[in-house]
Amino acid sequence: MLTFHVNGRPVTVDVEDDTPLLWVIRDVIGLTGTKFGCGIGMCGACTVHVGGRPTRSCITPVGSIPGAEVTTIEGLDPEGRHPLQKAWIDLQVPQCGYCQSGQIMQAVCLLKDFPSPTDQDIDGVMTGNLCRCMTYVRIRKAIKQAAAELRRSASND
Amino acid sequence: MSGENSVFKKLVIGLVALGCLGLLGFFGLAWRPAIAPIAPPPPQSFAPELIAKGEALAGGGYCAECHTAMGGKRFAGGYAMKTPFGVIYSTNITPDSKTGIGAWSEAAFARAMHEGVARDGSHLFPVFPYDHFTIVSDDDVRAIYAFLMTRPPVEATPPANTIPFPLNIRALQEGWKILFFRPGGFQAVAGKSDEWNRGAYLALGLSHCGACHTPRNLLGAEKPSDAYAGAVVDNWVAPALTAANPSPVPWSQEELFRYLHSGVTVFHGIAAGSMSPVVHGLSSLPDSDVQAIASYFADIDHAANRMAAADPTVARAKSYARLASAGQHLDPGARLYAVACASCHYNSGRIPLADRPDLALHTPLNLPDPTNLIQVVLHGVRTDEGIPGVVMPGFSGLSDADIAHIASYLRSTRTSLPPWRDLEAKVAAVRRVASASR
Repeated sequence: MLTFHVNGRPVTVDVEDDTPLLWVIRDVIGLTGTKFGCGIGMCGACTVHVGGRPTRSCITPVGSIPGAEVTTIEGLDPEGRHPLQKAWIDLQVPQCGYCQSGQIMQAVCLLKDFPSPTDQDIDGVMTGNLCRCMTYVRIRKAIKQAAAELRRSASND
Repeated sequence: MSGENSVFKKLVIGLVALGCLGLLGFFGLAWRPAIAPIAPPPPQSFAPELIAKGEALAGGGYCAECHTAMGGKRFAGGYAMKTPFGVIYSTNITPDSKTGIGAWSEAAFARAMHEGVARDGSHLFPVFPYDHFTIVSDDDVRAIYAFLMTRPPVEATPPANTIPFPLNIRALQEGWKILFFRPGGFQAVAGKSDEWNRGAYLALGLSHCGACHTPRNLLGAEKPSDAYAGAVVDNWVAPALTAANPSPVPWSQEELFRYLHSGVTVFHGIAAGSMSPVVHGLSSLPDSDVQAIASYFADIDHAANRMAAADPTVARAKSYARLASAGQHLDPGARLYAVACASCHYNSGRIPLADRPDLALHTPLNLPDPTNLIQVVLHGVRTDEGIPGVVMPGFSGLSDADIAHIASYLRSTRTSLPPWRDLEAKVAAVRRVASASR
């Protein structure tokens, strides 16, 4: 029996230790916002947060995260109104949408670590998130827009 | 003719007799009396403060680490230790009178710790580091005894050791002891601070750092002339703790304390693999004891001398500037790193972020042996190791060639050290050993 938290709620699952976290999130718990893309940690579609840090859930065995705090796209904001999500909608970033929850989860940490990200920072942190529809231009723009909003609200506090 | 024969015969008989006498003498020397068994002392007979002290010390010696099998009951033994002489299984040190140490008096326990002799008089193999525990004071041994004797007794017999004949004759350990072991207490070093001496007492004794970090000779004894020069244990490199340690940032007392106390520092990385249980164990010692160990090793590695050397963050900035060179995007290692690794390991700016492990500064890239880097790439880091609550997944899905590309790319761009040789074969070897032990 493995115990950890998902989106702030405790969960206990009875699966093999080497079950990828992605399958536990999607099939056992039923949160399907996180996607399967490649299964080898090379596309970023499966990105969730573990301990607040972006993690490729398709290659993370659930036995390696005892007591962890997991956040999925569903848990990012109670109303889906994180500045990144708002920028994503404002700029109509997604095309097919498949990679986008992974993109957003990765970008949340990018902005936490680099509140005023340069293009080099965005390249460095986001290159692991692939988009076959090539919405990269809009992703980059949305990141910068959300960063500006976060900086504004930080200076207003 | 008959004269020569009889002289020859006398010679042979004489030699055989001498040999027998010698063997008798040796086994006589090796003999130790059994200490009478006792009824397991009731837990109430030990003072709570003594038990608490013993618990802290047992953590500092990570007894539970070796004396607990994977998935087994705590202290019940059965943990397999692969030595060049065969597999040795740890013993049951719960107070069970049949299969554990329940029938051991304190004197028997002290003799085991100080001389490497079991209650029944048989010699213990030095895989149990009595050559370090011989330093542990009588008071500390008493406390550890109190702690162990108040644990829940577990009836469990470990598997038989696989040491081949004749090495499995325990009496032969007397020979090992004659050659390599001197029992005795701790000698404080004059001219060193109390803190240093406390650190030395713990490091040389209970925490037995040299047992992993000092290379051993063919007979498995630590080489005193190479103290803390580094060694390989359980397919992990235990780096040198001397000035030969290759970390770009010096191991000051502050850095050492932070590392030993929390298992992670910005300038050195994480305590992974076999070092992870050390950090867990040391956490039961008071902070002052961990500071003492840090002070001892900061002195051993001459950190103070290296502190004035070039600011490593400047060196890092320079190494990252190399990344901007044209053609980087065509290097398979660079491309793999950009997609698989940079999302977590990317850093800009002089000081790396605490949650973005900076591979240029961490130990694995700077070691002559790539094993530690390969281990972490293959198996990742759990949430209860390294940065608390944070996980690195293992990338065992990548091929040996791909991991070799990444390792080679990192080595050439993040360090100025000579390239690692035969990386692909090395990755395959590490992967093989890992799967054999699962």
